Amino acid sequence: MTLADIPEVSTVLDDQDASVPAIIKGTGQLPEMRVDPIGLFHRVREECGDIGRFRLADKQVVLVTGAEANEAFFRAPESVLDQAAAYPFMTPIFGKGVVFDASPEERQQMLKNQALRGDMMRGHAQTIEAEIRRMVADWGDEGEIDLLDFFAELTIYTTSSCLIGKPFRDQLDGSFAEIYHRLEHGTDAIAYVDPYADIENFRIRDEAREELVAKVQAIIAARVARGDVPKEERDLLDVLIAVGYDAEMVTGIFISMMFAGHHTSSGTASWAMIELLRNPDVMGDVVAELDALYGTEGADGPVEVSFQALRSIPVLEAALKETLRLHPPLVILMRLVQEDFDLLGRTIPAGTVLAASPRVSNRIEEDFPKADSFDPGRYVDPRQEDLQHRWTWIPFGAGKHRCVGNAFAMMQMKAIFSVILRDFSFEPVQPLDSYRDDFTKMVIQLAQPARVRYRRRSR
Amino acid sequence: MRVLADTGLCQGHQLCQGEAPDVFGFDAEADVVTVLDEHPDEALRADVTTAVKYCPAFALSIEED
Repeated sequence: MTLADIPEVSTVLDDQDASVPAIIKGTGQLPEMRVDPIGLFHRVREECGDIGRFRLADKQVVLVTGAEANEAFFRAPESVLDQAAAYPFMTPIFGKGVVFDASPEERQQMLKNQALRGDMMRGHAQTIEAEIRRMVADWGDEGEIDLLDFFAELTIYTTSSCLIGKPFRDQLDGSFAEIYHRLEHGTDAIAYVDPYADIENFRIRDEAREELVAKVQAIIAARVARGDVPKEERDLLDVLIAVGYDAEMVTGIFISMMFAGHHTSSGTASWAMIELLRNPDVMGDVVAELDALYGTEGADGPVEVSFQALRSIPVLEAALKETLRLHPPLVILMRLVQEDFDLLGRTIPAGTVLAASPRVSNRIEEDFPKADSFDPGRYVDPRQEDLQHRWTWIPFGAGKHRCVGNAFAMMQMKAIFSVILRDFSFEPVQPLDSYRDDFTKMVIQLAQPARVRYRRRSR
Repeated sequence: MRVLADTGLCQGHQLCQGEAPDVFGFDAEADVVTVLDEHPDEALRADVTTAVKYCPAFALSIEED
């Protein structure tokens, strides 16, 4: 059994086509993945079934879908499937010396010791509620926002405040989010040929990174000039300065810490808003649920968002889960095969890239009837399609590498919508089908414009 | 009901202990969940169901006897 036994997807964009940049001519499906990755990944399943193959430059990529293959993919030990090597576009963003991703053991250690621990969540919930209120404080009674601008800035503040510390967050302004966005936008798939190629997207990426280093350098200089502060006023930056890391290294560490939680949360919040606008019935149910929850007095006065966000808000949660199913922030998860690996009776040789696609698996019709339609009812007892199909409902991935921040993320989403839907009503200011993602980078972001109008609710 | 925990999936979030402390424990050495009571009383069903639903690793499940 060799790779040749695994069916190969058809070609729809000739890799010698005039539209293909010279640097990626002859790279198989790379030019297509750069313009329409969703079309490519769905076509692999349509044409090849649960296991199919395409080519990115010198790498054969085997894309698996469906519960059985996904489970094998997600349960494979770290020693067999390596993450870091499969994402060459991330290396220049994190910088040299910064690990791409922790091993499952290290992730578990991080959970135990640090910011994502269950008992830290109450504090994070309070931080997030305060950050949202700070963002809407100057909104007035009505106005317009761009969803990408708004949520990308908000989630820079929440992730930096929760993961690095409030003192650091208080030294950031909107410009940090703008620079960070340019960095995320530097994830061009051309990196599969050369992550340091001399192209416009990578020049913008590298300039953005230098700007972030300069900002962090200035913050470090101010901290050093200020001198020691009491222990309770210190944050992670003070610790890293004390350890002796320079601005370059500190920036890399911060970028990598914030990366997983930033574009993912920002995109999910945006899409949740868009889906609620597209589905006014669901919006009505969610608002009614929130009004009932927060409108009643508890034994100790009104229910606080930071308290409730950590607890069950079933209608909102179902809407968020359905948003995640239809719009998973990561459309493909990849691993480099380290040693020959058996899967669905085939042997995947070392050196192959093995991939699973949340975007494709989340829309498998047999598991999620009417898969393309937004139906929060899927998560209500007894359907519970997320738990019933835990190997194909994979917006957070699955297995030991399942997104370690997913409880944090869900809490954050619940806090955001608790605040903004209680105080404001929203309406689209552009055709509902004009809200869309920009798929031209490996980090998918909402395409602009994505404007909505808000109006303060009278209560 | 029968409570199952897949330690190959557990990431050690320990949220289940908060929901149903009589049913779920924690093996600090191995950093994974332990099932203290595989066949809990029907009275605990709501708590166990919540633990299963909110497990961040999807590592828990209930099987009907």
